[in-house]
Amino acid sequence: MELVLAIGIGIMTGSGVWLILRPRTYQVIIGLSLLSYAVNLFIFGVGGVKSNAAPLLGEGVDVSTLTDPVPQALVLTAIVIGFATTALFLVVLLAARGLTGTDHVDGREQPK
Amino acid sequence: MSGWQQHLIIAPIVIPLIAGAFLLFFDERQRVVKAMISVVSTLALAAIAINLFRLANGSGDTFDGVYLLGNWPAPFGIVLVVDRLSALMLVLAAILAIPALVYALARWHAAGAHFHSLFQFLLMGLNGAFLTGDLFNLFVFFEVMLAASYGLLMHGSGPMRVKAGLQYIAVNLAAALCFLIGVSAIYGSAGTLNMADLALRIGEIEGERRMLLEAGAAILGVVFLIKAGMWPLNFWLPGAYSAAVAPVAGIFAIMSKVGIYVILRLSLLVFGQGESAGLGLNVLLYGGMATIAFGTIGVLASQALGRLASYSVLVSSGTLLAVLGLSNGEVTAGALFYMVSSTLTIGAFFMLIELVERGQDAGASVLAVTMEAYGDADEEEQEVEIGVTMPGTIAVLGTCFAACGILLSGLPPLSGFVAKFAMLTGMIGMGASADQPVPASVWWIVGLLILSGLAALISMTRAGIRTFWASMEGTVPRVLVMEMAPVMLLIALTLTLTIKAGPAMRYMEETVRNLQQPGTYINAVVNARRAGVAEASGPDGEGGI
Repeated sequence: MELVLAIGIGIMTGSGVWLILRPRTYQVIIGLSLLSYAVNLFIFGVGGVKSNAAPLLGEGVDVSTLTDPVPQALVLTAIVIGFATTALFLVVLLAARGLTGTDHVDGREQPK
Repeated sequence: MSGWQQHLIIAPIVIPLIAGAFLLFFDERQRVVKAMISVVSTLALAAIAINLFRLANGSGDTFDGVYLLGNWPAPFGIVLVVDRLSALMLVLAAILAIPALVYALARWHAAGAHFHSLFQFLLMGLNGAFLTGDLFNLFVFFEVMLAASYGLLMHGSGPMRVKAGLQYIAVNLAAALCFLIGVSAIYGSAGTLNMADLALRIGEIEGERRMLLEAGAAILGVVFLIKAGMWPLNFWLPGAYSAAVAPVAGIFAIMSKVGIYVILRLSLLVFGQGESAGLGLNVLLYGGMATIAFGTIGVLASQALGRLASYSVLVSSGTLLAVLGLSNGEVTAGALFYMVSSTLTIGAFFMLIELVERGQDAGASVLAVTMEAYGDADEEEQEVEIGVTMPGTIAVLGTCFAACGILLSGLPPLSGFVAKFAMLTGMIGMGASADQPVPASVWWIVGLLILSGLAALISMTRAGIRTFWASMEGTVPRVLVMEMAPVMLLIALTLTLTIKAGPAMRYMEETVRNLQQPGTYINAVVNARRAGVAEASGPDGEGGI
């Protein structure tokens, strides 16, 4: 499972980095979204990957069977903030498209 | 612990949060009410920051400077910590915010929606970043600050600002993701995000986990270097800062210092001693030197004043980074003084530029367009009455411009000189205390510092001649007293800083001494006393982020 997770994170990061280096704003936003998924999974992964384990401590529960709750809390915050900033970026992207008439990140087309 | 003083620690976060949220209830047309709320909140913030500054400086037994949110014990809950360094940053932010806000009230706050809310949220993010004692909350406050700054950067709209904003947001979103990677790598290896707890545990971490920790810290460092504007991570900065409206650019002067604050804090607290000591100091040293060189070339090459000021931000950041990279107590104290002085200077300079350029070119036409789009006719008429050209406007502007030039280039008699003098004395004295010759890199920094001052002087003189002497027959800029006063206040503050250089330097030295003994900070956080259950009703709304 760790391998699948690691490969997944790697592919998404690679694609994301490639996309944010592209000249179109839409590609940049998709790249940032992919990167944020990859980062969220990465945060999730640092707590140690366990399947079917609860993050809640109860009476008489062996601690080793629990999963670490902190990364889950962190990932939740990161998702919320990432979502909000991506939405904001989308608005700016549309404003820039409207004002400059192009979706190039520099606000003008490259001379051919 | 004495109850109400302890609760002051959270006030710099709660006040702007409440004020900013409350402002949303008012329509944009109720400009006076909004302005009043914003001013009251900012003044309260300044009063509290100064109070905390005095408490942190006095360091009485009644005030331990640690605030446990929700009364959870330290490594588990969220802590806010006030020590000399964070108190200094709080005061600096508040003192820069007042003139920027007053300046904005003259006209810019009417150029778009929600200026005051965003301004308050920016202050909340800044204060939170200075106060927080754990890394993840630092991320949260960074994002609060950045989200507000995106809005403020595009305040006033127009293609230039939106274009600059787009690139600024893209860079900062990518940086935020790096921040998360760094934080989670640190959590994965150390099992804690509390800075004090991390400093305690770092000695026990070995082998692969230490490598992961150092990698995480390095990625985290890159984020702060992007924020601080270290070459080659700073190409976004001149475009963004010169596109922002004047009061916003003024308050942005402290935003690049947040990165430097965090680097200073973490490098001395967590990486001060032990096996990982001095992690990345060389990067700071050489990167800082490259930044000074890059900034200096930019200052010399700038045609527009806005870009000149932006490159001055880079020179200031580069100087701080290079000097912090030396990791020498005396030099760092000088650097702190330089940070205060240069932040005030650059804030004043950004605001001054807009006034100076108003009589000349495109700046005025952009303003006219935005006023047309958002402002109402009444206010413009009113303005014609108030905005009678001040007698000797040019003289006042010219004097302020000259003062900024003197401050930026570090000539006597103003505080820029004292700051550079303190740093240079420290650096040249490094050999004397250690009985070793001064290393070559130090001489390089000394040379770069002096050269960057010379470049600033040349550039400012050239710009001053072009603006004030060559174009005297042009229109005299129409400047309100309300816009001139903030700039003069900031310059007066640097003058005060010059006169009070002795006490100020003593405070900086004390600050550095505190930072070099992280034990005090760690003990204060780890052993923070929890309030009794009966009085645990503090404003703990932040706990549920």
